[in-house]
Amino acid sequence: MSGHDHHGDHDHDHDHDHGASGHAHAAPASPIAQRVKALEALLVAKKLVDPASLDALIDTYEHKVGPRNGARVVARAWTDPDYKRRLLEDATAAIAEFGFTGRQGEDMVVVENTPTVHNLVVCTLCSCYPWPVLGLPPVWYKSAPYRSRAVLDPRGVLAEFGTDVSDEVEVRVWDSTAELRYLVLPERPPGTEGMAEDELADLVNRDSMIGVTRAKSPAKPMAMESTP
Amino acid sequence: MNGAHDMGGMHGMGPIDTDPNDPLFHAEWERRAFAVTLALGFHGRWNIDTSRHARENRHPLDYLGSSYFELWFKAVEKLALDTGLMTADEVATGTPAALADTPPPNPERVAAILRKGVSAKLPDTVPPRFQVGARVLVREVTTPRHTRVPRYCRGRTGVIDRDHGVYVFPDTHAHGEGVKPQHCYSVRFTGQELWGDTAPARDAIYIDLWDDYLEPAP
Repeated sequence: MSGHDHHGDHDHDHDHDHGASGHAHAAPASPIAQRVKALEALLVAKKLVDPASLDALIDTYEHKVGPRNGARVVARAWTDPDYKRRLLEDATAAIAEFGFTGRQGEDMVVVENTPTVHNLVVCTLCSCYPWPVLGLPPVWYKSAPYRSRAVLDPRGVLAEFGTDVSDEVEVRVWDSTAELRYLVLPERPPGTEGMAEDELADLVNRDSMIGVTRAKSPAKPMAMESTP
Repeated sequence: MNGAHDMGGMHGMGPIDTDPNDPLFHAEWERRAFAVTLALGFHGRWNIDTSRHARENRHPLDYLGSSYFELWFKAVEKLALDTGLMTADEVATGTPAALADTPPPNPERVAAILRKGVSAKLPDTVPPRFQVGARVLVREVTTPRHTRVPRYCRGRTGVIDRDHGVYVFPDTHAHGEGVKPQHCYSVRFTGQELWGDTAPARDAIYIDLWDDYLEPAP
């Protein structure tokens, strides 16, 4: 399922660059790459798509709309109890206060992690994911291993991400089978008292808002005056 | 449909690649397939449920053997052919026989479309069949058509956790049979109800399910 873990019965074409290494291959384009290119050329010639719009779509979701948005929502909820209340009551409206609206986030639900509850989001049927706050889903989120096991063995999945959840804590898995899009409000890490919203947002990464990890702890201890 | 896409509860799919730095796209063609899919959708010839069905409705070997954006590409190509946006002859020759009736949205309009989105929420004109706290049984929905009831919860009992309001019903919407307005709920199932006694006693799975999928639990 994943875009890169090619299965045994699937040609391991080498037109792609392997992630961060970014090395290009001189080999001819794979059949799928050729088909996509041919279709795009036809659609442009037919004036069914505007090439500038295609570029804009890619730029929007590769560079502009991403988990930084969600992190700002979380940081606000950590610092403003009234905002947090609004967020949990009507997530769509509270998130729209930041201007984060639209495609694949039309109707939002926020679920809160607490000392007794840990939430995890999956879409077992496809790849539903809250684009306006998290951008496009990571490859693993769309992959068969995650989709199959998140509901069956959530604690095992969490352990794979290095997240240990005590037996005393209730794990809640949200399967996004409808048009509601879920965002996890992670617990505010200890040692962040007095931190500003912007600093707090830096502790909130994508995976913590899907629920497979926790928010990061501050890299260095807080200033002395905030400790007893 | 009982397709390969309905993966909840399957074993043997292997480990998760948890690398947080894994890029969203692994090749340029994936970017283009993504953008072409969204851009063709702007013509309004199909909806999200039609589109999901076009992706899932294929042989399991094809589904499981295709990468994610390959599935998107195969689906959008089929939708464009089925709805007459383009013809098989045009695909074969790579030459348009006719130009599009309406011009595609430019980048500014695309940005506005994305910001607005397309909510599946409908006016609250239909009463809910269930109240929060009610125990419900998921019907044994078995259909070759599109449905959003995962197999792993069919025939199982849960509790209505929250009422999301009235939503488009995907089972009809995917097949051009209207939105059939009805309530959609988050239904809470215990892990043990779904997976048996070996599941951790405290854990729960919440699944969004529509009125038509549910009946009162005995």
